[in-house]
Amino acid sequence: MTLKVEIFIKRYILYIRLNGELDQNSVERLRIRVVELINKYTIKHLVLNCKQLQFMDSSGIGFIIGRFKNLQKVNGEVILCSMNESIRRIVRLSGLAKICKIKNDEDEVNTYLGVV
Amino acid sequence: MKNIVKMEFSANIANVTFARGAVAAFVLDLDLTLNTINEIKTIVSEGVTNAIIHGYNKNEKDIVYLELYLENDSLTIVIKDDGVGIENIEKAKEPLFTSKLSEERAGLGFTIMDIFSDSMEITSSLNEGTTVVCTKTLQI
Repeated sequence: MTLKVEIFIKRYILYIRLNGELDQNSVERLRIRVVELINKYTIKHLVLNCKQLQFMDSSGIGFIIGRFKNLQKVNGEVILCSMNESIRRIVRLSGLAKICKIKNDEDEVNTYLGVV
Repeated sequence: MKNIVKMEFSANIANVTFARGAVAAFVLDLDLTLNTINEIKTIVSEGVTNAIIHGYNKNEKDIVYLELYLENDSLTIVIKDDGVGIENIEKAKEPLFTSKLSEERAGLGFTIMDIFSDSMEITSSLNEGTTVVCTKTLQI
């Protein structure tokens, strides 16, 4: 597969470490899994760690907007961290930067969410 | 310098990844910046995704055409399908517009292709197909 993910949950927060390429080819499986987890564990916040994410196009943007809409209903947030320059660029271009929180790394995310 | 590659592949969503890899290989020798390579890959990724999802509604029996032309410092990317066509091109180009509302699409494909190209031209006829031509000047 072109996308590998590492998923864990801490106190209503779903963490996903993305590794590889997020496009139409990889987004479908990810979406099914993430939506299922959000519902099953009544997740409030979603953290997408992009440290190992090499590529993302508008299919990935669509996925993130979808999760933003889900979590908005429970006053939750989507938080993006550790983005490389090209991911940062498409996040800015697409307007995602206006609806998601952007952090430098997972430590900063944890501080922001008050997780030890 | 002149180089041309033409290929055709099934409207299988796995070929979005393939097409992106193919264009990256096409420009591999040119010593481009990572940023430029990423822009080129994104143009192809968006265009081929559009052809498969919108043009052909993911029918794997259909064929997507991708042509790459390099002449000196100018790269032309042609993405073609014989699919349903676009009813209103201006509308389709609007940021955030999508014809598939139920499918969680960002509606940014053409916008991103346009931003990452120097010029983009779309021609389309209903039930005949769509051709998108993007040109980009490279710093070689």
